[in-house]
Amino acid sequence: MNGAGLSSRIAETAARLLSEGRAEVVIGFEQGSIPMRATPCLITDPADAGRLIWNAFCSNNLARYLVPGRKSAIVAKGCDSRAIVELVKERRLKREDVVVIGVPCRGMADPSAIARRFPGICVSSVDETDGMLTLYGGPEPVSVPVSEVLHASCRLCAARNPVICDIPLGDPVVENDPGFPDVEAFAALPADERRARVEAEMSKCLRCYACRNACPLCTCESCFADSSQPQWVARGTHPEDVLAFHVMRAMHLAGRCVECGACVRACPTGVDLSIFNRRLAADVAELFGSRAGLDENAPQPLAAYSMDDSQDFILDPGRKPE
Amino acid sequence: MTDTDKNAAWEPRIVAFLCNWCSYAGADSAGVGRMQYPASVRVIRVPCAGRINPFFILSAFRRGADGVLVSGCHPGDCHYISGNLGARRKFALLGRLLGHLGLEEGRLHFTWVSASEGVRFAEVIETVTAKVRELGPARRSAGGGR
Ligand code: SF4
Ligand code: SF4
Repeated sequence: MNGAGLSSRIAETAARLLSEGRAEVVIGFEQGSIPMRATPCLITDPADAGRLIWNAFCSNNLARYLVPGRKSAIVAKGCDSRAIVELVKERRLKREDVVVIGVPCRGMADPSAIARRFPGICVSSVDETDGMLTLYGGPEPVSVPVSEVLHASCRLCAARNPVICDIPLGDPVVENDPGFPDVEAFAALPADERRARVEAEMSKCLRCYACRNACPLCTCESCFADSSQPQWVARGTHPEDVLAFHVMRAMHLAGRCVECGACVRACPTGVDLSIFNRRLAADVAELFGSRAGLDENAPQPLAAYSMDDSQDFILDPGRKPE
Repeated sequence: MTDTDKNAAWEPRIVAFLCNWCSYAGADSAGVGRMQYPASVRVIRVPCAGRINPFFILSAFRRGADGVLVSGCHPGDCHYISGNLGARRKFALLGRLLGHLGLEEGRLHFTWVSASEGVRFAEVIETVTAKVRELGPARRSAGGGR
């Protein structure tokens, strides 16, 4: 089904849920104020449900907008559903308070990738049919498949279909978990180069916290980054503070990050935080056999342990080096 | 003077986070046993390996440590039953993450030392000091809020 068909089915579903009183609010997307943007929207009146849309630009992780104790319906693609799984596990949400309107996802288009692909075109409007985008605004309309301009996180997605779902809409898509080629490629660089890359990324950071605010799993009522007693990290953009903020934030998300890429997309300066989060996700998968948000019943890896956990990193001076 | 000679003359500063019940007592037994080990360590006693927030480790580096050692009770021996086992997962991830980012490679070490292992404690300090000495002083960027 194409975007237009899905949009109307989402709108109908939303109107029904609201008028039946099954949800106080429906969290979905509406057309953004500029082309190639969809913006999260909260619908409380069934009469407004027609604002809801679905297209290749619905990239935010909507789980961010779920509020504990409020009966909510949410339009969820794979990554949104993974975040909901984690939030329920952490008892931030009650499963019965959330109606998941599940929409299989083919990956979301990255407006920056489009701009790189068609430099010089200032897109004024866009059409989408069967995974093909047609962009207007240049001398001639141009076309590109969504699959060629995906967000990095979507290229690497492990779960495109909703993991949990109450009302399925749209046809399931084929899963194709590529593993962690990005992590492996980065790890293959010499240490100096990795450090330089990380420093270059960090130097772009403004400490605006858009990454944290867009993150569906940054749910703490008070964040270490805002604490002044103790002051874990100073405010401001000294490289050491920026790095400490990001290392600590990544550690807080270890085993919880659903790899949706919301942080990277929210960042106004394009800091690639996936260097941190994807490495942790890869290690959690390798060491503890766990991937955030994929299994409702699996324990949280950092709230669990096993006597048999690997400890080859433990220094043992009595042991001869292999 | 070559770098190696320079490093041989230099005494690294190593911050050691030791759990109260095993490793700190292990350090004590090394002392009581009059064992010799390098005077490179600054010990910080914590109630349990599980008390160690990764931030402690980052802070130590940030405030001038050339190396950091974290030591708790052997698995199965934790005074709080499983503090060290939870910590082991955290440490495994933190160590790998810092390595991935190209940070503090070879400067962060984790181990287990029991209350009776004075000899092992001395060996650990020798080993960590030698490794860090080989790397030379840690690179610092000056300033910052903390
Ligand atoms: S960075 Fe850590 S403390 Fe801050 S909101 Fe996220 S998880 Fe909470
Ligand atoms: S969104 Fe980007 S600039 Fe803002 S704090 Fe996060 S990484 Fe830094």
